[in-house]
Order: sequence, then C-alpha cells, then structure tokens
Amino acid sequence: MPELSYREAVRDALSRAMREDDGVFIMGEDIAEMGGSMGVTQGLLAEFGPERVRNTPISEMALVGAGIGAAMQGMRPVVEVMYEDFLTLAAEQVVNQAAKHRYMSGGQLKVPLTIRTQGGAGWSPGAQHAQQLEAWFVHIPGLKVVFASTPSDVRGLLWSAIYDDNPVIFFEHRTLYGIKEEVPDELEPIPLGKARVHREGEDVTVIATGRLVHEAVGAAKQAEGEGVSVEVIDPRTLQPLDEEALIDSVKKTNRCVVAHEAVTRMGFGAEVAAVIQYGAFDWLDAPIERVGAKFTPLPFAPVMEEWCVPHSDDVLAAIYRTVGRA
Amino acid sequence: MARVAKKDELSAEQLTEFLRDMLLIRRFEEKVEDRFRAGELPGFLHVAIGQEAVCVGVCRAMGDDDVFASTHRAHGHTLARGTSPNALMAELYGKSEGCSRGYGGSMHLYDVERGNLGANAVVGGGLPAMTGAALAFQLKGEPRVAVAFFGDGATNIGTFHESLNLGQLWRVPAVYVCENNHWAESTPASQQLPIDDLALRAEAYGMRSITVDGQEVEEVYAAAGEALDHARSGDGPVFLLANTYRLTGHYVGDPQVYRDKEELRDLRENQDPLKKLRERLELSDDEWERMDEEITQLVEESVEFAKNGTDPAPEDALKNVYA
Repeated sequence: MPELSYREAVRDALSRAMREDDGVFIMGEDIAEMGGSMGVTQGLLAEFGPERVRNTPISEMALVGAGIGAAMQGMRPVVEVMYEDFLTLAAEQVVNQAAKHRYMSGGQLKVPLTIRTQGGAGWSPGAQHAQQLEAWFVHIPGLKVVFASTPSDVRGLLWSAIYDDNPVIFFEHRTLYGIKEEVPDELEPIPLGKARVHREGEDVTVIATGRLVHEAVGAAKQAEGEGVSVEVIDPRTLQPLDEEALIDSVKKTNRCVVAHEAVTRMGFGAEVAAVIQYGAFDWLDAPIERVGAKFTPLPFAPVMEEWCVPHSDDVLAAIYRTVGRA
Repeated sequence: MARVAKKDELSAEQLTEFLRDMLLIRRFEEKVEDRFRAGELPGFLHVAIGQEAVCVGVCRAMGDDDVFASTHRAHGHTLARGTSPNALMAELYGKSEGCSRGYGGSMHLYDVERGNLGANAVVGGGLPAMTGAALAFQLKGEPRVAVAFFGDGATNIGTFHESLNLGQLWRVPAVYVCENNHWAESTPASQQLPIDDLALRAEAYGMRSITVDGQEVEEVYAAAGEALDHARSGDGPVFLLANTYRLTGHYVGDPQVYRDKEELRDLRENQDPLKKLRERLELSDDEWERMDEEITQLVEESVEFAKNGTDPAPEDALKNVYA
C-alpha cells in the first residue's frame, strides 16, 4: 500500500475525480501555476489544462456563486477557498443560495458543489487566517459539512463530497497536510455521515475532529499508562452526523469528552454534547467535558496562540476530570 | 418561447402577441395587489407594473434552452417566459401546484423546465450563479446563454462587480440585464448612485454595454437579441441597461410617501409601456377589449385554480432539504 501525505491524498482524490468525469473541474485563487497556497493542486494544471484548473480573481462571492451556477447545470465543480476565514466573504452565496436552491425550487434543482477550504492555528498567522468556523455551517440546513483528519479519510471523503448531489463544505486542517498514512491502491469512497473509531477503549469516549483527533489519540496513549482506557472517535462528517456511533460508544464507556480546535463556546462540541446527553443520559457517569479554544480571536504572539488553542494535555486533563482524577 | 424574429421583421401579429404577454403581466399584477389587500396572499409581494416591456422584450428574445435568474420582482419574467398564470398564482397562495411547489413564494419563483433558475430575494444574489451557468455552457460547448436580471440598486453590491469582472475575464455567454427603474426601494438614484450612466460600470470591466428605452418593447426585444447573439457567439457577456419605470410602490401596499405624486401621475400617463404599444399597433377599442376580457378571464381562472389547489402537509417542510 502506498503512503500518502494528507496533501497528496487531497490531490489524489481531485485528480482521480477529474479523470473519471469531465464535469469535475476546480477553481480558486492561485490554484493553477502556483498549485494553491497549500500546494494541494500542484501538477493538476499540467494534467488537466487551464479550462479545468482555473485561477480566479480574488472574488469569493463570484467564485462560490459561479460554482453554484455550474453545479446547477449538471457539473461537479470543486471550489477552493484559500482560507476558511474567507468563507465569510462568500457567506451569502453559501448560506442563502447554495444551501437553499433545492429547497426553494421545491426539489427542481440540485447543487452538487464542493467547497474545499482549510484553516487551523499553530503557525501564528494572527486572527484572520487560522479560525475554525465549521460551527457556522453545520447550522445551515441544506449544507453538508466534512472535516477530515487523516490522509485516507480526506481522500475517500473528498471523493464522496464531489459525487454528492448537495453542496458540501469540506474543511481541511493546515497543520495536517504533511502527515502520512498508508492508503489502499484503489481509492475507497468513504460515505458521508459515518464516524471512524481511531482507538477502542472502555472508560471514556473522546469525540474529536480535525487536528484534535491526533491530540486525542496522544492523550489516550498517555491515559492508558495510567490505567484509563480511552476510545477515540472522529465523526468525520459533521453534517449529517453519525449520532448512533457516538451514542453507542458513550453507552459503552459512560463518559464523554468532546474536543475541537474551534472556540468552545457555541461550538460544534456543544451540539455533540446535547446529542450525547439526550441519547445516553442514563448511561452517563460524569458531566460531558468540552475541549476547545479560549473565547478570544487568535493572537499573533506564539506563546499566546499556543495557550489559546487546545492540545493533547488539555484533552488528557478533561479525560481525567471525567474519571474523577483531576 | 423561441425568439420569433429580428426587430425589423416583427409583424403586427407578433407585436400583438407581445402586447398580450404584457397585458397578462399587468392584469396578473393588478389581481395580485387586489388579492393581497383582501388578505388572501401570505408573505409580501413586489409587482412589475410599468416594467412589462423589459420582461417581455428580453424573454421573447431568449432561446428555448437559455436560462435566467430573476429578482424579488419576478412575476413578470416568470409569465413572460411561459410559466402558466395558474402555476404562478398557485405558488403565491402557497399551494403544491405552484411553480415552486409552495416552497418558494413570490420572491423565489422557479420553473427549471423553462429555464427559470430562481427568483432571488437577495439583491444581486443571482448574478454569480448566472456567471457560473454561462461558464458551464462554455465548458460543455453548448450554444446557450445565461441571463441575470437585477435592478439599479444591485449595481452597488459586491456580487454585481465580482460577477461582471469574472464574466468578462472568462468571456462567458451571459447577459446582465439591469432593469433601471430609478429606485432602490424608497431610495432614489440621487441618493445611491454617484454616476448618471450605469453603463459606465460595465464598461469599466471592458464589457460591451447596450442601453435601451425599457418602455418600448420592440426596442428591448431588438437590444436583447443583439446582446444574446453577442454572448452566444463567444464574444463575451453584455450589459443590457433597460431604463424603465416602476409605476407602483416597491411592495404591494407601499404608500410611496417618498415619491412626488405629480411625477408619478405623469409617468403613468406618458411612460406606460402597454399604452405605448397599443397606440403603436393602432388597436381598435373593440380589439383591445376582446384581448383584455380574454386575459382578465385567464387571471380570474388562475385565482380559482390557486384557491382550489392543494395545501402541502406541514411536514412536507422537511422534504427537499437535501437531494
């Protein structure tokens, strides 16, 4: 089995989808000759040409909106929004247009559009280039939302997002582009709405997304040394959410930690906590713990940034609180 | 609804058809005002009275396979494109027989079979998607054009500028139709536009522009035909500026306290596109009345059809969220 980086896995899914189907094309800022600001689309211009690998002006509204229009005409555009912070510029098109055309038309239209974007702290860009805004979009009926944490997941999920008939916001994490994983020779599509158990355990369930999946696995290893057995689950798709898998895990462990890099307050983890308390109320032996960033814009100074966003230690502390060892 | 003929080839019969289309819009809109005041229509409504010639001139010039996006003031475009008054009225009553199955309402009219990809209640909201639909036609090598309708107020919003820039950059087959009725809701041009000639905005992007008197349906039809031909031939998009007049309020029930009553009376007298075409056709009173009776009957029937339509089940609200 070949080993691919997360970056290569995204590229692999894109190029396979483009080979498979002429209706798939990509557009975004600096994605052609430069290969994207994260280097994800390097080499695609050479293989597919400028018609299908399209550099765009710095115009997020038109970029996303053009993707909507092309999708309504039966194509499967993949739009890259360079940083998820810039989704705010296209929010009107995403929220009022992409998410609603099918509904407002009474089912006459579909919008098979994928919006790839990335974010995440850990490199001190300051407040406008590293936010985690997934909670904004899971709140909008009509959108699907994916947040992949490993190379195999990002490859199989991106394929499914491209071939889904709905608009999908596809979040990648900047600090994960270099991580590697063995993947099958053939791309295996991963259905949207299916969680992945990264590590089985008996005492506590950690439900984590994005970078925090890796932090949670690290915390679980440490906890194991202290005799606490931790299960780590990544929902992978935030909308639709695999509620059953999450609830079943907590029914087994009786304790739950929810972890993401986004700001804790009103975050995606709040919804997960609500799902768990309703679905596994009688099984819970401790309050559900939440791990996330402090309620502040991201600061520039590395020591402040590091302090604001959660790491393995924060997950471990939350695990210990649920078992009364804090 | 194919393009019937070039301007100079338009026969009296064809022009009479145009007049008929325009009269259908007028009588439909008057009925909408009437039924709204009677408390029968939910939501809120914007009628196209005064702007009928733009709707009919552009829609009649479009090809069968062309598509368009409309605005909050969408009844006129929808009727001009051939959606039945029954399906439209049923939508306004929130019935399953409506052109958006009761999910859209007046500001979200769709009829995909007839190329109507949606009226948009966000000012300027439809321009990016029409740019993208046109891109799809270009990529697939299809000889089709995407038309975006919007008002003068929309030329101040970002989607307008980003779409025109992108559309011209990529030379997509789109026509951007600005229905300049001189009012952004209650705000006159003098308070929202620092320039008099909106065509300058398109020309700034290197885009071809055509300006036309939007009260003269023949002129609109000819200009739209030219714009569509240009776009279809691969020469890039066109900005079609149709100067028109809203002969009513912004919404049904708008007391128009902001508007000079004398001026409005004058516009109704001298800038009514139906009156102009009727005079040009030298229709006799008899001919006019026959046409009017027939259309009034159609509109009456649409109200009956809508009232007898099927209410969606409340839980149908959960359908169509995802494909």
